[in-house]
Amino acid sequence: MNDMIAIYAIVALLGVPLGIYIARALSTQPSRIDTLFRVIETPIYRLAGVNSQSVMTWQVYALAILKLHVGLILLAWLVFMCQGLLPLNPDGIPGMKWDTALHTAVSFATNTNQQHYSGQAQLSHLSQTFAIVTLQFLTPATGLAVLVAIARTLLVARPAGTVKGVGNYYHDMTRTLVRVMLPLAAVVALLLTSQGVPSSYQAAHQVEMLDSQVEEVQSIPLGPVASMVAIKQLGTNGGGWYGPNSSVPLENPTPLANVIETASLTIIPFALLIAIALISGRRRLMMGIGAVMLTFSLISTSVVVSSERMPNAALVELSQPGANLEGKELRFGTDLSALWGSWTTQTSNGSVNAMHDSFNPMGGMMVLMDMFVNVTFGGIGVGLIGFFLYLMLAAFVGSLMVGRAPELFGKPLETREMRWISLAILVQPLVILGLSALTVAMPNAAGTSNPGFHGLTQVLYEFASAFANNGSGFEGLGDDTPWWNLACVITLMVGRFLPMLVPLAVAGWLAAKRTAPAGRGTLPMDSPAFMGLTAGVIVIVNLLGFLPALVLGPIAEAVTQGF
Amino acid sequence: MNVDMKRQIAANDDVLQAKASWGNALRFMVVMAVLLGLIYPLVTTTLGGWLFPEQAQGSLVRDASGRVVGSSLVSQTFVSDEYFIGRPSAAGNDAGGVSGSNLASSNVSLRERAQADANAIAQRENVSVDQIPVDLITASGSGIDPHISPEAAELQVARVAQARGIDEATVTALIDQALENTGWLGSPVVNVLRLNVSLDDRFPVSSTTAAPLTPAPVTPTASDTME
Repeated sequence: MNDMIAIYAIVALLGVPLGIYIARALSTQPSRIDTLFRVIETPIYRLAGVNSQSVMTWQVYALAILKLHVGLILLAWLVFMCQGLLPLNPDGIPGMKWDTALHTAVSFATNTNQQHYSGQAQLSHLSQTFAIVTLQFLTPATGLAVLVAIARTLLVARPAGTVKGVGNYYHDMTRTLVRVMLPLAAVVALLLTSQGVPSSYQAAHQVEMLDSQVEEVQSIPLGPVASMVAIKQLGTNGGGWYGPNSSVPLENPTPLANVIETASLTIIPFALLIAIALISGRRRLMMGIGAVMLTFSLISTSVVVSSERMPNAALVELSQPGANLEGKELRFGTDLSALWGSWTTQTSNGSVNAMHDSFNPMGGMMVLMDMFVNVTFGGIGVGLIGFFLYLMLAAFVGSLMVGRAPELFGKPLETREMRWISLAILVQPLVILGLSALTVAMPNAAGTSNPGFHGLTQVLYEFASAFANNGSGFEGLGDDTPWWNLACVITLMVGRFLPMLVPLAVAGWLAAKRTAPAGRGTLPMDSPAFMGLTAGVIVIVNLLGFLPALVLGPIAEAVTQGF
Repeated sequence: MNVDMKRQIAANDDVLQAKASWGNALRFMVVMAVLLGLIYPLVTTTLGGWLFPEQAQGSLVRDASGRVVGSSLVSQTFVSDEYFIGRPSAAGNDAGGVSGSNLASSNVSLRERAQADANAIAQRENVSVDQIPVDLITASGSGIDPHISPEAAELQVARVAQARGIDEATVTALIDQALENTGWLGSPVVNVLRLNVSLDDRFPVSSTTAAPLTPAPVTPTASDTME
C-alpha cells in the first residue's frame, strides 16, 4: 500500500511542475534558461543545417517527420542485421535475421517497442544503445512535438489567415530532447543504478551454481542497462534490455526501483495535460480531459488489481490459498504488478513487471481494453492527440444533436475533416480484427501457445498492442516468424502515423478557416456535459468495435472458469 | 486579439520554410544518434559505474573466501537437501534465457506443472499440499526471481536443519538475516542465494576437504541422531 501511495504521490507532485517546465521549454519566447541549453542546441542546429526560427506549414512539418523516420528505420535495420561485424559486442552476438530486424526497427521507430526477440541474448550493446536508445528518445519527442504543434494551431484562438505554420519540427524536437528528456533520463538512470540495475560495458559474468549437484554454469548478462531502462520508462517506450522486461530483477531490482519505474510510466503523459493547458490557455478544457482520463484510469486499475488478488484457477487446492502469483515477482506481489499492468497499457508504454499472459482472464481483458481505448493518458503526445480525435468526433455528433452545423472551437467541421477523422478512428478495428481473423484462419502461422479462448486473446493482444504502439504482449505467442513480423510492421505503421498526422492535418485545415463567433447555440467544449459526451463516444466506439472479439476471448475464458 | 499578439505572430511567421529536405532530416538523425545513442549511455553508464561500482556490475555475491558464487539479483537451481529451494523457473534460473511460463490459467499444462511441483515439495518437506505457500508453486515472471516468502522459507527449515545436522533455531536466525525489503516500501522476502551462502559459510557441507572444524558432518546417521 505504501508503494502505491508513493507512486501516485510522485506523479501528482512532480507532474505539475514538470508540466509547467515543459510548457516553458517548448515556448518560442526567450527565457532565462536559454543561455544554459544553447551550448548544446546551437551546435545541433548548425550540424543539422536547420534554421530553428523558420516556421513550417503542417504539410512540411509532417514531411519532415516522415523523412526522419524513414532514415531512422533504415539505420536501425542496418545496425541490427550487421551487429555481428560492429563494435561494442562483447558477447559475440550475431546479426539478426532480416524480418526480425525490420520488425524491431519499425517497432522502435513507432514508439511501440514490441519485441519478437530477447534483448540480452540477441542484441549487442551497440544495437541496444545506438539504435534502440536513440529511437527511444526521438519517438516520444516526435509525439510531444506534434502535440504542441496541434495545440498551437488548433487550440490557440487566432483569426483566419494569420497562422502560416504550425511550428518548426527540429526546434520542437531539440527543445524536448535537450531540455526535458535527457536531463530526466540521466537522473532516473543514476537512481536505478544505485538500486542495482547494471551500468557496464562488460561481457556477461559466467558463474558456477552454488549447489555442487547442479552442474550448470549461469550467465549474468550486463550492459549499459540503466541508461536504457530510464528512457524506456519515461518515454512511453517499453522495450527492455532483458526479454521479460522489468520483471527481471536486474532491470527492476528493489521496491524503490519499482516505485521510480512505475511513476515514470505516467509522469510525462500526465505533465502534458498541464503543459498544453498553459500553452493553449484552455485550462477548463484540459481539466475536463484530465478528469475523463483519470476516471478511465482508476476503473482500469481497480479491475486489474482485484482480478489479480483472486487465486489462479489452475492452482486451486495445490497450495495455501493465495493471490495469482504465476508470472509475477515476489518482491512486487500482485497489487504492484496489476498497477503497472494497467498503467503500462493506458500510457502506451508496454514495459511489464509481470507476465500479462498469466493474468487472470478479467485482468487480461482489462489491459487489452486499455490498449483499444489508448487515450487514458496515452503515449507521450499521441495520447492527447488521440483524445483530440475523439473530441472532434464528439463535437460533430454533439453539434448535430443540438441541431447546429458541426464546428470545433468555432471552426466549421466539414466533409473533408470528418472523412479523415472517421478513417483514423475506424481503421483501428479494421486492422486489428481483420489481421486477427486472417491469422487464426492459418493455424500454422498463428503460433499460439495456450489453447482455446486464450489462444484467440493472444492473437488479438498482439495486434492491439502493435496498433496502440504499446509493445506489451501475451508473450507465450510464437511471434518471431515472417508472418507475424510483417503483419505487425503494417499494423505498427498505420497505428502510429495515421492517428498522429490526421489531427495535425485537421488542425492545419481548420486554422485556415474563418472563426464563427460563439453564440447561444454553440456547444461549450469545456463543459462537463461535453466531456461526458466525449467519454461516451470513446466507450461506445470501442465497445461497438471490440465487444464481440472480447466475448470470444477473455470473457468466454472467464465464464468457463466460473467467474 | 491585441496588437502585441499580432506583432508576435507576424514575427514568428517571418521565415516560412517551404520544404522539408532529406539533407536536414538525415543530418539531424546522425547528430541525434551520436548524442542520444552514444554520448548519453556512455556518460550515465560511466558515472553510474563510478558512483555505485557494486550495483553497476550485477550485484555479485561472494562466499567467505571471496569467490563469486552468483548475483543477489539472480536465482539459482538448488536440488540438495542442504539448501533452501527457490520458486519454480521457466528459464532454468539462467539470466541469459530469462522467461516466464506464460501459461494461462485455462491451460492444463499449468495445473500439471503445479501439481508435480506441489507433490514434490510436499514429499520433500514432509507436509501436506495445502500447507505450501503459493509462491513455491508459481513460476515468476523473469524466471530468476531471487526471493521466496518468509513462510516458504519456514516450511523448509526442518529439512535443511536435519540435512546439515544443526538445530532449527540457528537456521531460522539465518533466515532473518537474509530478509530483504523490510523497510517502508515492499514487503519482507527472503533472498534464497544469500541465505544458502550464509549457511555454507557457517556450516560448510564440503565433502572433499572434510575439515575437522565442520560443526556437524552431514551423514544420514548424523541427521538421524539429531532427531
